[in-house]
Amino acid sequence: MAITTQHYLILSAILFTIGVIGVLIKRNPIVIFMCIELMLNAVNLSFVALGRHYGQINGQMYVIFALAVAAAEVSVGLGIIVAIFRSRETIDINEVNLMKF
Amino acid sequence: MSGESVSFWILALVSVFASIMMIVSKNPVRSALNLVITFLCVAGFYILLSAQFLAAVQIIVYAGAIMVLFLFVIMLLNLGAPEALIEKGSLQKPVAVGLGIFFVVLIISSQAILSLPQAVGRPSVTQYQGTVEAIGLSLFDPRQPWLFPFEITSILLLVAVIGAIVMAKRKV
Repeated sequence: MAITTQHYLILSAILFTIGVIGVLIKRNPIVIFMCIELMLNAVNLSFVALGRHYGQINGQMYVIFALAVAAAEVSVGLGIIVAIFRSRETIDINEVNLMKF
Repeated sequence: MSGESVSFWILALVSVFASIMMIVSKNPVRSALNLVITFLCVAGFYILLSAQFLAAVQIIVYAGAIMVLFLFVIMLLNLGAPEALIEKGSLQKPVAVGLGIFFVVLIISSQAILSLPQAVGRPSVTQYQGTVEAIGLSLFDPRQPWLFPFEITSILLLVAVIGAIVMAKRKV
């Protein structure tokens, strides 16, 4: 059985869903960040697969920009986590509800 | 089975298993190491999809830089102890898993995946599409729309650097 673009899209959907489940069930914000990275990777994979499907390079271009945005997001987000840990001595996602309501 | 399908199925199994292990394991360091395996598998998928440059960048940026940052913060905050953040038994976990399974079934059964439209016209030659040369030519081509976002990305990274320093500073 040959590997088609649908295989990649289904795999990307599965990885994305695992990331969504991780964001919903984890209470450690660092692990939630990792799950967000997993979701970004799944979307990148579907970008590349669809780019090859249509014979275009644009999918890979989007992945390059998504990668830069992911790097920026991780650095700022981990800085926020470190700052919250310094001021509150905990990073449990249920304790840090400063902006909840 | 051809080599491509064998590699695809091995990489798919390993990546899905590692990502499930990532959200199952209690220890954040173990989660991070499982995420590294997933990233390496995604890099393998990029090579299968003839995006060699992206595979190299994926390994360097994700598996290298971002995961080092994650592990550094985990070790800095000393969250390595498994009992640091214990999830209490509640309705949240089964509901999340059920909604996730519903979501993935919804995506897979969507019309966009089941009947993917074919490319209009002939696709260009694809096996040289992921090289550094092709990506660079497309990225810096003024007729393509990528040059301006590329310049904006530099400003984004500058803002991220400043933001990270300001966030992590002890006192203003």
